[in-house]
Amino acid sequence: MCGIVGLFLKDRALEADLGRLLTDMLVSMSDRGPDSAGIAVYRGHEDGQVKLTVQAPDPDTQFESLGEVLGAEVTRIDTHAIVTCAPEDADAVRAKIRAIDGLRLMSAGDAIEIYKEVGLPKTVAERFNLPTLRGTHGIGHTRMATESAVTTLGAHPFSTGSDQCLVHNGSLSNHNSLRRQLGRRGVEVETENDTEVAAAYLTWKMREGANLREALEAGIDDLDGFYTFVVGTRDGFGVVRDPIACKPAVMAETDQYVAFGSEYRALVGLPDIDAARVWEPEPATVYFWEH
Amino acid sequence: MQTLDVSAQGLREVNATLQAEPGGSNQAFEIVNPLGSHAIAVGLDAPIEVTVKGSTGYYCAGMNQQATVNVQGSVGPGAAENMMSGKVVVDGDASQYAGATAHGGLLVIKGNASSRCGISMKGIDIVVHGNIGHMSAFMAQAGNLVVLGDAGDALGDSLYEAQIFVRGEVKSLGADCVEKDLRAEHLETLTRLLAAADADADPSEFRRYGSARKLYNFDIDNAGAY
Repeated sequence: MCGIVGLFLKDRALEADLGRLLTDMLVSMSDRGPDSAGIAVYRGHEDGQVKLTVQAPDPDTQFESLGEVLGAEVTRIDTHAIVTCAPEDADAVRAKIRAIDGLRLMSAGDAIEIYKEVGLPKTVAERFNLPTLRGTHGIGHTRMATESAVTTLGAHPFSTGSDQCLVHNGSLSNHNSLRRQLGRRGVEVETENDTEVAAAYLTWKMREGANLREALEAGIDDLDGFYTFVVGTRDGFGVVRDPIACKPAVMAETDQYVAFGSEYRALVGLPDIDAARVWEPEPATVYFWEH
Repeated sequence: MQTLDVSAQGLREVNATLQAEPGGSNQAFEIVNPLGSHAIAVGLDAPIEVTVKGSTGYYCAGMNQQATVNVQGSVGPGAAENMMSGKVVVDGDASQYAGATAHGGLLVIKGNASSRCGISMKGIDIVVHGNIGHMSAFMAQAGNLVVLGDAGDALGDSLYEAQIFVRGEVKSLGADCVEKDLRAEHLETLTRLLAAADADADPSEFRRYGSARKLYNFDIDNAGAY
């Protein structure tokens, strides 16, 4: 099954509530996916710094002197750490992170932070204190594993490009051949997970010059299987379903926000939801909002 | 009118209260704070009246017999699935497979219905005031599907003896589904269903679709159509 949620704020006054609203949406989708949960949140791009989200299997030792090793600011949150550095230092910091055995780079960009772990969505939310996060938009996922193992790296969201991320409900049938094709084009896919292939496909399309909308439209032809995708970029938020559209999806829009949920239950706690325009996204149709 | 509160009492107690109504009861109930929950007002078997104040999740009013359920909101996938008799009225939109496999009764959707509306319907009458999505009435066996708006792709694919009436555009017809004449008896059926569904539409504006009956028995010459 899997449950996916997304919230894109139009009204800046709601930014302080982003984490709380998104967490409530995420936890309401627990019975669609109790294996693992994750959230990507976008915030603070105006500070001119680059952020790298890093995960460690043994954070007590691996994060202990990480700041000194990297020469960057490190903020630890449970098994994750946000490494902040100047844009000109980002490549060097990233290379140092890659060189440290066991550390995993979850995301990189001006605004994106990713928090994901194995466990019930409520537990994951508590571990990372997700309700306190503020930001402009975010997406989340509760996983019922089908295509790969229940591990932290198999949890969503997946980020394969700067400030990009994707969550998925469904399964792809051509992910192995796509993974090989992407590999030949120099696009790295780290896990056996089908969703990461979809994320990498969009990254590749955008590297080739497509914008997110064009990349999603191309994906309708090239990605075979059942899917509802919710994607985030530095300033944008997109939704697309496959042409059969058997995976559930419901959206709501008000003057203050655009929200996505696998089920309407995920949306019931949002402000003024009774007055929102609520609809089911059409199959093979790209929906996209940008700040 | 008895009020049942899903957030205070829990869904199980709300449904148990409704299901405990004895045959012949015509009690009226109001369900508040549905919170998009699944399986609200399912398995009812008495001529009671239930009003749901808000939107619901999956399978609202599924397996209904005799009861009248009015949803003052939208419904998730599988509304009135396998209904046997009674009436379900949705003021808003319906998600996928509304009225699937239902044997009888009347389902009225005042907004739009999504894909697979009336899939494998077996005797239910469905009236949709708005549009319906793709693959609606797939393998539908008996009953009537009336659509005041437009229909999506592959309408009536592999259709048996259900009848489909559409006033708007049909994006495409599924395998073995063809347009048929709208005769006096069909106008009569439409007039009755439109009135029952409180729909203001002229029966003569509809087009009727039904099975070409080529796929009933396997014939190698028709293999390509399956």
